[in-house]
Amino acid sequence: MSKNLRINNKQFVDETRKLSFIFNGKKLYGYKGDTLASALLSNDIHLVGRSFKYHRPRGIMTSGSEEPNAILQIGNDDALTDPNVRATEIELYDGLICNSQNCWPSVKFDIGGINNFLSPLLPAGFYYKTFMWPASFWEKYEYFIRKSAGLGKSPTKQDPDMYDHRYMHCDILIVGGGVSGLIAAKIASDDNKKVLLLEDKELLGGSLIYDDNDISKIDNQKSSEWLKKLIENIKNDKNIIIKTRTSLAAYHNYNFLLARQNLTDHLSVNDRNNKIRQRLYKIRAKKVIISTGAIERPQVFHNNDRPGIMLASAVKKYIDYYGVRCGLENVIFTNNDSAYETALSLHKSGTKLNAIIDIRDNSSSEIVNKVKSLGIQIYWNHTVVNTKGYKRINKIIIMKLNDKGNDVIGKKIELNCDCLAISGGWTPMVHLFTQSGGKLRFDNKDNIFVPDKTNLDQLSIGSAKGDFELDDVLKNSIKDTKKFLNIENSNFDKIDVKCSKEKEKKNIWLLPSDRPLSKTKPFLDYQNDSTAKDIKLALREGFKSIEHVKRYTTTGMGTDQGKLANMHALGIVADTTNTNMGDLGTTTFRPPYTPLTFGTIVGRNVGQFFDIFRKTPMHEWHVENNAKFENVGQWKRAWYYPKDGETMHDAVQRESKAARESSGILDASTLGKIDIQGTDANEFLNRVYTNAWSKLQIGKCRYGLMLNEDGMVYDDGVTTRLSENHYLMTTTTGGAANVMSKLEDYLQTEWPELDVFLTSVTDHYATASVCGPNAKKIINKIFKDLDLSDESFPHMSFKEVKLGEINCRVMRISFTGELSYEINVEASYGKYIWEKCIEAGKEFNITPYGTETMHLLRAEKGFIIVGQDTDGTMTPVDLQMDWIISKKKYDFIGKRSLYRSDTIREDRKQLVGLLTDDPNEILEEGAQIVKDENKKPVDMLGHVTSSYFSPTLKKSIALAVLKEGKQLKGQKLLVPMIDKTIKVTVSDTIFLDKENERING
Amino acid sequence: MFLINCPYCGERDQSEFVSGGEAHIARPKQPTELNDDQWAEYLFMRKNIKGIQFERWNHAHGCRKWFNVARDTSNDKIEKIYKMGEQPPKI
Ligand SMILES: [Zn+2]
Repeated sequence: MSKNLRINNKQFVDETRKLSFIFNGKKLYGYKGDTLASALLSNDIHLVGRSFKYHRPRGIMTSGSEEPNAILQIGNDDALTDPNVRATEIELYDGLICNSQNCWPSVKFDIGGINNFLSPLLPAGFYYKTFMWPASFWEKYEYFIRKSAGLGKSPTKQDPDMYDHRYMHCDILIVGGGVSGLIAAKIASDDNKKVLLLEDKELLGGSLIYDDNDISKIDNQKSSEWLKKLIENIKNDKNIIIKTRTSLAAYHNYNFLLARQNLTDHLSVNDRNNKIRQRLYKIRAKKVIISTGAIERPQVFHNNDRPGIMLASAVKKYIDYYGVRCGLENVIFTNNDSAYETALSLHKSGTKLNAIIDIRDNSSSEIVNKVKSLGIQIYWNHTVVNTKGYKRINKIIIMKLNDKGNDVIGKKIELNCDCLAISGGWTPMVHLFTQSGGKLRFDNKDNIFVPDKTNLDQLSIGSAKGDFELDDVLKNSIKDTKKFLNIENSNFDKIDVKCSKEKEKKNIWLLPSDRPLSKTKPFLDYQNDSTAKDIKLALREGFKSIEHVKRYTTTGMGTDQGKLANMHALGIVADTTNTNMGDLGTTTFRPPYTPLTFGTIVGRNVGQFFDIFRKTPMHEWHVENNAKFENVGQWKRAWYYPKDGETMHDAVQRESKAARESSGILDASTLGKIDIQGTDANEFLNRVYTNAWSKLQIGKCRYGLMLNEDGMVYDDGVTTRLSENHYLMTTTTGGAANVMSKLEDYLQTEWPELDVFLTSVTDHYATASVCGPNAKKIINKIFKDLDLSDESFPHMSFKEVKLGEINCRVMRISFTGELSYEINVEASYGKYIWEKCIEAGKEFNITPYGTETMHLLRAEKGFIIVGQDTDGTMTPVDLQMDWIISKKKYDFIGKRSLYRSDTIREDRKQLVGLLTDDPNEILEEGAQIVKDENKKPVDMLGHVTSSYFSPTLKKSIALAVLKEGKQLKGQKLLVPMIDKTIKVTVSDTIFLDKENERING
Repeated sequence: MFLINCPYCGERDQSEFVSGGEAHIARPKQPTELNDDQWAEYLFMRKNIKGIQFERWNHAHGCRKWFNVARDTSNDKIEKIYKMGEQPPKI
């Protein structure tokens, strides 16, 4: 701070709280209340980074979210480091560590800077043109491009911070706590509305809060004084909830908005412990008022990107708010009156202002007259044609404009300058308005896009809608807000505003130079290094649409979404092509308005909370018994139970052998269960299943196949008739929710006349399935009084029985082909009944088996799994399950589709069995099946859907879908793999126990 | 994200609902009487218009009731919500 850049300003910066920070390894100091940018500037540091393509030195340019250059890496912790942070937005805290990003080895000596001298070789579309050929080289190019492109480094470790989500509802959401937003908040609150007011900065008040000149007055008070009183008033208003450090990220349809609140980023690292870092608000607002203000435009001239060249409004804010001078030899370059406020601030703070360059002929507004009266030299009708100084501007060269403003005349004048404050007018921040689907209108007078049509209940006020002068801002905000809220009178109706009205306007999108354009570098997009020259080149090369020009030149494609660059790009396109800017249309702004960290988006849904998972009542037993789990839908299902270091294959062979030779037990609780009641329940089943249900007796079970209306298999399962009008339907584990929805849909919309009620009871019951030749003995040990004889309790029947106080539904049904009982109990007894079975089965080596063994056992029997052997294109006929289609029923879901011209084709893919010639060779599921490998292109006849090694049959078995498969039994085919071709023979789908004898034990 | 006024529960967030596509396509009472083209018309053909579209929505994570919505597909504005079985409104 040797240069005396701090001025005495105790209003917003607390000079009693000195904070240290480290920038590129050097320890520096600032104060509480500084941003990182203002602290750097107070240390006379402008140069903070290198540009993306040419690696030109770049400095802090703005004081807000539009900053294109001062983008830093914050922190050096592998988990906590944050890339691409704008120094203008982050509040300084003690111990902050930051580094420049796009430079190597250092910001002061950057090897990539050589690109600056190569720039004639790096025109627009350079990457597209150069790295296209040869295509095989792309991988090599990519490595170097990524290395030299180098925006920030992502953290490499998991984010340890906590993030939060919260829903909010309000009558009126106000985005932006500047003067217009505050007035709107007060008017709404006085009308008894619930107001939510968001401000992205630490303090309310916008730019008026530090406005210290005597020219603008409200109710005869200095405008900042008037505003402070209003803010105090609003802070005590019970109707208004204020969220500061909260920026709106996205504005969606139906006034649904997302806002991000920074809770700890301004605290020193030690003070952040156990605090939520950021909170994402999900806001539903009845009405939205956008008062996000405007951002200043730069001017486009040769070498307009040197460190020390800043927006005039930023220079003013650094003085008036942070008490920091950006330079000691200041020059202002403007095309409008607003930069004269900067002149007054510089003067008032005793900071040297060498000259003002103004491209206008003159202005005689009050503020300009005041500046004139201070004796500050103003060069009217002049422009900057060049700047000097590599790492910091030290001189500018100016020339007079000709009458048309398209060339320069006269002598060059050289002025000393270490800070050039530029202003090209103002651009309303319409980003949120367009995000919400609003359409813009071009205002030819001010050369701005302003909000026009919207479908939503929203209003833009203040400079966000194109009012830039204080009296317009206030009076129109009051008027528009009242109309928007349908209010007759407000407390602001008699407001008296005095300000300096801008008289003259002049706008030149690309300022002329004494050199030909090809020899100049007038930058538009600082972050992506695109110049006016690039835009013109794109137009010459035939790009017309602004969206194409934007992508070809990468203008506006940086992390700032071209907040500074877009208007000039449009203006230059319009000028060059002789088009009205309004006819060009703008580029689309997309959420988020400013970048969001992933942590904020996912909130608490991380780690074990990433997705919900469902556990059966027996889950703990499976865990204790070393089960491996697989995900089936949201369920965690026991997959297999490895013993003594068994592989999955070994475990499955052991489990399935035990189930066939003595007994096995499966947790079948995840199967979908739907309780069906009502006098029309039977008719309902007839309509939703392919087979007939009319004759199903009470106490009996039946397997059913459910189709989609297009005739394709949708789900399957066993349904039991519990009593006259009461059925229990089971579905596949993964299909349960969909089946339930589908059945509800038909009941409510197609057949409302049916007396049927559906209740999902999947979670209400736990199911233990005991199978194998010894299953009957085990069940007999548990239910001693239950008659298990085939006469009393045959296959496909059901009995209700008590075990102590526990009601058990026992079904004799089988998915393995073995004699098998399923015991259903209330979920809370699930683990008890399971352990009971294990205990009773001990002497029979009862073996718990998982889903993998279940799949193997059913495949031996040729039972399908919907979703594995079917894929939404298989009819029951394709599955060789013609037997399940009722011929008698007039209609059921999907029936008509079964004889569409496409579904009756003979050459559809059909389910078959496959046997490998080498019985030890196990096919891969998904492998393609062909007949002739040599005839190219090779015809794919089908693919393997299920494949296992059967320990009982001692050979490999597989199910597959195969074109004309029904005709191909016995045919030799090939399954080509990456390293070999496997010979297979088409077989029947039932591999074991074709006579179905095992079902009786 | 829409705000949908379920006729049984009131205004709720879109995330509670699922869309069921175009409304007023009744399942033919006698499918077997239809030829392939007529059946395909019912089964596959949907209008997908720009403008007011009548569609079915289900309050899946609420009361689970199905109802009808008249929505302008050009701006997602819901013009009218009415119950199953009611005729489409004139808009
Ligand atoms: Zn509802």
